[in-house]
Amino acid sequence: MSVYIIAVFGVLMVFAAVYAIYSRNILSAIIASGVISLLASIIYILLAAPDVAMTEAAIGSGLTTVVFLLALKRINRLRGTEEEDVDA
Amino acid sequence: MLRRIFAAFAVVLLAMALLPFITEIHPFQELSPVARHYAEKGPDELGGANLVTSVIVTYRGLDTLGEVTVLFIATAGVGFLLRRDERDEEESAAAAGTDESGSAGNSPRPASELLMSGSMLLFPLLMLFGVYIFLHGHLTPGGGFQGGVVIASAMLLVMLSRVSLHLNHTVLGLVESLSGFSYVVIGVVGLVLAGGFLDNRILPLGELGNLLSAGAIPVIYSLVGLKVGTELTNILETMKSEEEL
Repeated sequence: MSVYIIAVFGVLMVFAAVYAIYSRNILSAIIASGVISLLASIIYILLAAPDVAMTEAAIGSGLTTVVFLLALKRINRLRGTEEEDVDA
Repeated sequence: MLRRIFAAFAVVLLAMALLPFITEIHPFQELSPVARHYAEKGPDELGGANLVTSVIVTYRGLDTLGEVTVLFIATAGVGFLLRRDERDEEESAAAAGTDESGSAGNSPRPASELLMSGSMLLFPLLMLFGVYIFLHGHLTPGGGFQGGVVIASAMLLVMLSRVSLHLNHTVLGLVESLSGFSYVVIGVVGLVLAGGFLDNRILPLGELGNLLSAGAIPVIYSLVGLKVGTELTNILETMKSEEEL
């Protein structure tokens, strides 16, 4: 049974990865890459590796997403000021 | 067009090269000799109820030291690349000064009431949970890295809810370096007093399953937890304070 669940989550991971690459919106791409890690951590739990699952969930889908979001915010801010300078 | 054909060709070649890894390799039917030694003798030798922790902290302790070093280099890199020039700081301070006389529009918007109340409720629980994870690393799943990340996410919650809050980099750096230093010192003590580098048998092994058991593993994992927690907090704080400039 759990083999089928793992297969479904694996296919979902591939879809999320493809979406993260081809999405025009960077914010959606960051969220999608967080979803990949979350699905991977569920698979790790199903495969009886709770230690790895905790690391993947905390670092992969939590902290990495936050760091990406902070970086995105910073890039947007830089772009905004540059455009303002050009206008002025 | 030609590039696409080349790309497709490369993908097909790569798939052909990697195909044997799926078809030819069969899953292990039994444990390898090293794995069998860990699984059978591990609990008796090291006294850790969680075998994964015994392997990570003691049998493969040197690799863990390498991982901690990698994280330290990453933190140092973030701090180096996003460092604030003194000149920039003076300029921004001057800009803030002129702004204050004119309008206070430059000050960051305070976080919402919901976020502030929620973070005040969750912060102690998250801190407690993080400490629990790394103190019980030898008994339950998890350990220094996971606990450290949970602590860092608790600090992130506080940073998000108190926008003007600035953490003291000196204290963070001090905690981080002291715990890293003690980690290596414990490893060397293991080399002198027990079987090898990072051997946990410098302290009594105790009874399997107790909190005070497994020798030095809880001490080592607490140090790793503190180090990882402060390092990741440092990264988040650097990125956030840089963003406010």
